[in-house]
Amino acid sequence: MNRNLVWWMAVGLGGYLLLPWYVADDGFWSFTWLIGGAPVTADYASGLFKGLLHGRPWLLPVGVLLIAPGLVIGRPKADPVFGAALITIGALGLIYIVGQGFTIGISGWEFPGLEQLFGPTELRQEGMGYGALLASAAFLFMFTLGFAARGAIKGDVFVVGSIGLIVALVAAFVFFPVIRILISAVQDNDGSYAFHLFFPKLFDGKIWGVACVTSGLRCGVAWNSLFLAILTGASSTLLGLAFALIATRTDFRAKRLLRVLTLLPIITPPFVIGLAVILLFGRSGLVSQWLWEFFGVPPSRWIFGLPGIWFAQTLAFAPIAFLVLIGVVEGVSPAMEEASQTLRASSWRTFSTISLPLMRPGLANAFLLGFIESLADFGNPLVLGGNYDVLSTEIFFAIVGAQNDQGRAAVLAIVLLAFTLSAFVAQRLWLGRKSYVTVTGKADSGMPVKIPARVKAAVYGTALPWAGLTVVIYIIILFGGFVELLGRNNTFTFRHYIDTFGITQGEFGLVFSGLAWNSFRTTVSIAAISAPLTAIVGLLTAYILVRQRFVGRQAFEFGTMLSFAIPGTVIGVSYILAFNVPPIEITGTGVILVISFVFRNMPVGVRAGIASMSQLDNSLDEASLTLGANSFTTVRKVILPLLRPAILAALVFSFVRAMTAISAVIFLVSANYDMATSFIIGRVENGDFGQAIAYSSVLILVMILAIGLLQLLVGERQIRRRTDVVAPVPTASTGLAA
Amino acid sequence: MTSNAKAAAVRFDGVTKAFGAVVAVSDVSFTVEAGKLVTLLGPSGCGKTTTLRMIAGLEMATSGRVLIGEEDVTALPATDRDVSMVFQSYALFPHMNVIDNVSYGLVVSGIAKSTARAQAEEGLAQVGLAGYGKRLPSELSGGQQQRVAVARALVLEPQVLLFDEPLSNLDAKLRRRVREDIRELQQNLEMTSVYVTHDQEEALAVSDRVIVMRNAEIAQEGTPHDLYERPTDVFVADFVGDANLVKCEITRIDGEDATVRLGSIECTLPHRGLSAGEADLAIRPESIRLGTDASTAGIAGNVRKAVYLGSHVEYTVDTEVGDLFVTDPRADRAIVAGSSVMVTLAERGVVLVRP
Repeated sequence: MNRNLVWWMAVGLGGYLLLPWYVADDGFWSFTWLIGGAPVTADYASGLFKGLLHGRPWLLPVGVLLIAPGLVIGRPKADPVFGAALITIGALGLIYIVGQGFTIGISGWEFPGLEQLFGPTELRQEGMGYGALLASAAFLFMFTLGFAARGAIKGDVFVVGSIGLIVALVAAFVFFPVIRILISAVQDNDGSYAFHLFFPKLFDGKIWGVACVTSGLRCGVAWNSLFLAILTGASSTLLGLAFALIATRTDFRAKRLLRVLTLLPIITPPFVIGLAVILLFGRSGLVSQWLWEFFGVPPSRWIFGLPGIWFAQTLAFAPIAFLVLIGVVEGVSPAMEEASQTLRASSWRTFSTISLPLMRPGLANAFLLGFIESLADFGNPLVLGGNYDVLSTEIFFAIVGAQNDQGRAAVLAIVLLAFTLSAFVAQRLWLGRKSYVTVTGKADSGMPVKIPARVKAAVYGTALPWAGLTVVIYIIILFGGFVELLGRNNTFTFRHYIDTFGITQGEFGLVFSGLAWNSFRTTVSIAAISAPLTAIVGLLTAYILVRQRFVGRQAFEFGTMLSFAIPGTVIGVSYILAFNVPPIEITGTGVILVISFVFRNMPVGVRAGIASMSQLDNSLDEASLTLGANSFTTVRKVILPLLRPAILAALVFSFVRAMTAISAVIFLVSANYDMATSFIIGRVENGDFGQAIAYSSVLILVMILAIGLLQLLVGERQIRRRTDVVAPVPTASTGLAA
Repeated sequence: MTSNAKAAAVRFDGVTKAFGAVVAVSDVSFTVEAGKLVTLLGPSGCGKTTTLRMIAGLEMATSGRVLIGEEDVTALPATDRDVSMVFQSYALFPHMNVIDNVSYGLVVSGIAKSTARAQAEEGLAQVGLAGYGKRLPSELSGGQQQRVAVARALVLEPQVLLFDEPLSNLDAKLRRRVREDIRELQQNLEMTSVYVTHDQEEALAVSDRVIVMRNAEIAQEGTPHDLYERPTDVFVADFVGDANLVKCEITRIDGEDATVRLGSIECTLPHRGLSAGEADLAIRPESIRLGTDASTAGIAGNVRKAVYLGSHVEYTVDTEVGDLFVTDPRADRAIVAGSSVMVTLAERGVVLVRP
């Protein structure tokens, strides 16, 4: 008897017979069904009893399919019938569960044709719960067991199962929502198909209008977004290059400080920089007041709109460009520069004809990253946008505003998705093969050539004032919470901290009376749940990509990296559209937040995993296999311990992103599950800048503590006695960077 | 029969391995007897490593059957085969100390930790590294790491032990010692072993039998003696040891013997299935005698180069049958370059080969 098969049959049947098939009204994490009469009573009935007693007869065939593998359970794994049977049964089961989920919806038949065929129905469907989940998992793994038995991936059950799992998850939580958004673009608000509305919506003047060129009117949001993205991409690349050159090619003393400065924005919620910019340059901002007082410049709202967003985005994304470009600049072999100099080129000629051209692909890469980040950015345009509308905020207002036009939101999301995906595809196809940077692992002799004097002057001239500005911004963030209202009333106060994080002595002990406690607890727990899940999914994917060869591997890689190119606002809208109704009904729960974080941040885990796994000699795995360990044991005992830095990077990054993300979150939060960032945005909209700033600095502090704690938990990998300590900086934040 | 009860024979039965359109191993059949060491020898890309990996289960045969002992393991993954392997890069787990490395295979197969440790200590003692258990691999020299890798493979007492170019990361002096150690250990334990190398001297030194591979196929199989003395074709003659390959003419076949004319001399050799007419002759460099006496019968030649190497002298001689490469151990009586010589052939080391 095949142990794996017995196990999955037991899981599937257990779920089908004993656990509630549908998710109960009291939520996924509620366990009242344990005492509420499961598996028989209507509310908590299992699949079997729903089918027998509660008017869902279409669930009965699921049970038959779950028992069916019993027919081949006695056959050896090598028997072709065994594999074929499992593949068939698994596929049928999955198709059946997905099919019934989509054909019978919350209000009967989902497709008009079926109603004509079978007549109107009273049948109702709810969101899938534990029972459905376990049954689906059982079918999925029967399917992969079948493939492994037929000899796929050298018959490795663990690897085939992992591939199946990841494909299923990515299909459900990346592709399905995106497809859903495409569908809803051709629907009207009632959900019926209205193809004639699609093109008017797509070519709407509000999206593509060019009035700003011909007259003083506003241009379409698509042009606004593109223009902003190009500006931000260019400025953050230039700044990043300046910082990278200072860090590697000059004898600037405070290099370490530069690195810290550039890491700070990564643990800063994106809109906080926008907020600080307002407090400095807004109508009553510090700088504006000062200009008025001493130079008589009247305060104005000039910062709201393109200048402000551009400014804040450059501050936020230049560090990412820096992290990409520092590798690029370091990758230019000193030998080539030395060769150029021995051929009698001056240092300026060497820089302009050798070094710079060698960096060109890296520069393009950094530009595309800034471009994508700018398009996807939601927080800064929301806070600083003024009348300058961009796609990401327009999507938000199309959903939450008075219009509540899902079709329009979907169309805007498609336009935005088209932009980011083109950049993503360009980056992968065009730049993927075009890197001159050679990391051979062989120590290159020679010192990096210092940059010529005029370049040095230009670089210092741009980078240092910018660094100064960053320091000022962070001082504002740090101290803004301790004054009444920065700029207007600069008296010292603890009021904002007491309002947000106050603890008072109540009747029954301590009461967390601060406004922020609720969202803070949710944020920390959701970040803490999603970080390890992200790391697991990401590293498992990386293991499969690096170590296994199979048909469709490229498509697999593209699919898993895709979610990085999907802007958060698009994810938010698509999750609402996809998961508001059965079969997967999870909006308004904590689960949807966790899932959105896991799949948005997964590519970073994949990147980090790929980078460090490619450095591990393949024969380590093979040695473990030939010594009798299976691939699961190999991963656990050999690969994971050697991947500690990658695990740390993935954990830190996904934790930080879950704490600071806003774009997808703002669509997915609910009264019960409010997140810190959306709470802060709410404060900003109310004008409570003090509370917002106070909360933000607490978040930043918590993240620093959490990173320290994670570092302690994961530990160093020890392969030498004297570990040369390399600070595992979360460089994974370079995201798309190869 | 061998005294090692676990050692099992390995049999390849018409095995082919293709990677897409590229055929790495083509319809190969051979048997490795239990308790013997067989070497797969050949130039890079000939399919020898792929063959070894198919025994390990790290590659799966596209067609044909692989048997270990009586069992058909063709579809069995590496984990489920009772085979262990010494890797070219040693593949010691860098985060585990030596004793954990050596006991890894025992622990993952479910043996109690204390027993596994004791067995691992024993294995380390066998390779002369008793007391090194607490060290990390990075704290050992290359030769020691290599021996840890051997110990790790040995302690599992596998049916078959595989070596993938185990000496290629060692320097030349150490290589000779380690290969003798490996051979001694293998003979003492009577382990069935398959050894891959591209170094023909190493192959001759360690093996009971050698399988020479070329272009995904077996070129010749035999004892080291067979291969050196009786190579079947030009490729094997050239690859195993040095050989002068010259054209000659078979003038007469007489029973087992062929009368061969090479330039102005004539000799009698086994015909090895060749028929009269033009043929290829392989002559080992040490089987050519150079005489300065112009009156002896032989092929007239002229010494173009003479290189003194201490233990022997290497000559390049121009003759009517082509350039000949000659080694002569009588280094004290070296012939100077430019001298005229008469070339004669020794009794052994001259053999007719197929093209």
